[in-house]
Amino acid sequence: MSAVQEARWDEAYNFAYLDEQTKRMIRRSILKAIAVPGYQVPFGGREMPLAYGWGTGGIQVTASVIGPDDTLKVIDQGADDTTNAVSIRRFFSRVAGVETTEATEEADIIQTRHRIPEAPLREGQVLVYQVPQPEPLRSLEPRETETRKMHGYAEYGLMHVRLYEDIARYGHIATTYSYPVMVNGRYLMSPSPIPKFDNPKMQGNPAIQLFGAGREKRIYAIPPYTSVKSLDFDDHPFEPQTWDESCALCGADNSYLDEVVLDDHGGKMFVCSDTHFCEDRRAKGHRGELGADPAALAFARTADEGEAQ
Amino acid sequence: MSAVMAMNPVAERRPLLKVNKLTKHYGDHIGCEDVSFTVYPGEVIGIVGESGSGKSTLLNVLSAQMPPTSGAVEYDLSAKGLRDIFTLSEPERRKLMRTDWGVVHQNPRDGLRMNVSAGGNVGERLMAIGARHYGELRREGLDWMAKVELDTSRIDDKPKTFSGGMQQRLQIARNLVTRPRLVFMDEPTGGLDVSVQARLLDLLRGLVRELGIAAIIVTHDLAVVRLLADRLMVMRRGHVVEAGLTDQVLDDPHHPYTQLLVSSVLQV
Repeated sequence: MSAVQEARWDEAYNFAYLDEQTKRMIRRSILKAIAVPGYQVPFGGREMPLAYGWGTGGIQVTASVIGPDDTLKVIDQGADDTTNAVSIRRFFSRVAGVETTEATEEADIIQTRHRIPEAPLREGQVLVYQVPQPEPLRSLEPRETETRKMHGYAEYGLMHVRLYEDIARYGHIATTYSYPVMVNGRYLMSPSPIPKFDNPKMQGNPAIQLFGAGREKRIYAIPPYTSVKSLDFDDHPFEPQTWDESCALCGADNSYLDEVVLDDHGGKMFVCSDTHFCEDRRAKGHRGELGADPAALAFARTADEGEAQ
Repeated sequence: MSAVMAMNPVAERRPLLKVNKLTKHYGDHIGCEDVSFTVYPGEVIGIVGESGSGKSTLLNVLSAQMPPTSGAVEYDLSAKGLRDIFTLSEPERRKLMRTDWGVVHQNPRDGLRMNVSAGGNVGERLMAIGARHYGELRREGLDWMAKVELDTSRIDDKPKTFSGGMQQRLQIARNLVTRPRLVFMDEPTGGLDVSVQARLLDLLRGLVRELGIAAIIVTHDLAVVRLLADRLMVMRRGHVVEAGLTDQVLDDPHHPYTQLLVSSVLQV
């Protein structure tokens, strides 16, 4: 314990950047959000040293729940090594002195933008989503007064109008991300722009899922083991995305794949969007069809170097 | 006496809507004052009067879009009997408005979702009451488009690509799809040219009679009420100055204002 006596974070800042009153205010909102799954709790969002749209909501939620002994993982579109993920990790190691990791299994808090990790989460973990638009009905009903009433009285027929429009135009439900869900059989919720591939992972998840929208100043949550149903029609049931390909690097056929352009001659490959999941599999000896290809490996290596910083 | 009652179906029917001394003031201004009347199932009531006479105010209060200053609007909720709609809880009232009632606005843009396809517009109320089968929604959409004489091949087009008359017919379909018992119409033929008006009136008359819907129609066009309404109320400066059977009021107007109104119509 004595090691903790010495502050490990930059003492020019309060622990985890936000002042204690703000953190308490946000924690109260989080508790309310957990008590009413899927309900959007307003909170007094602060200015963060980060532009709106880069995760100001998520970073405030993380700052409020993180403790000095926690281990933090940050992903952006599944990747641990993109600018947003790297700078948020560095931010917290500076202002909170916390350990950071890329391993999903080792993390206590995972802040995410637009993905849920492939590795199953466990009890005690907290998944913090960055949310640009918390209101699933906004594109259909611009009035906040009206959408609040619709949530209050559970009038959600309008959401199905959007799905109807999809089927009428494309022959199937063409919404692939931000796919609306019903939480605990009561509140309609936007899952943030995660691909609908990840929607089934929210259902009955043992981890706590917190959603922070910085610009809109809303927090909502899914407590562990809560029912989360994706909306659909009886004759057009919900279906997650599928791929004909498997990951070119690790050969996984059950993960969310990104298409990567390799050259100017139409060369491309599909790779896991969850970089940690992919590396883990490669370390265990799994190889995809381009697992030995120099260009593909070069891609994987730059990714590795990115993580090393 | 009982034989007479039996011969008159209206007399033994329960009233659908009962309006009692309804008053709406805007500060010192009178919107409408001391209006009382009763609507029976399947009956069409016309409200006429010059602009500013309080017709639209009355309609907005009746359809629960505005609270009255005093007075009561009682509606027959099938299970609970006559209930003052302003004592219902807000969710109950909103449910009533999207199932048992319909509101046809003068400007279809107020009543339609302009960026949602025609089929989606027709299906919205059904989805709001829990329809979750795309095929059935689709069938219902096509069925209603045919009923209001819209080209069914345009089911996936957005209302903004429709003409004014088509938009108005779509708005009617969207409202009637849940088979409401009462429809409020504010100048349903306003802004349409006469030939389109005539077709719309024909269609409305057919639908209202076929489905047995009660309707309250606000208009300044006497031809509209002559065609559609069973009974008529003439409003002036917020008060009902004359009421009675449509033909009786129009053919034998008693109040000077009604006489003026009837004589102002140009006979072609």
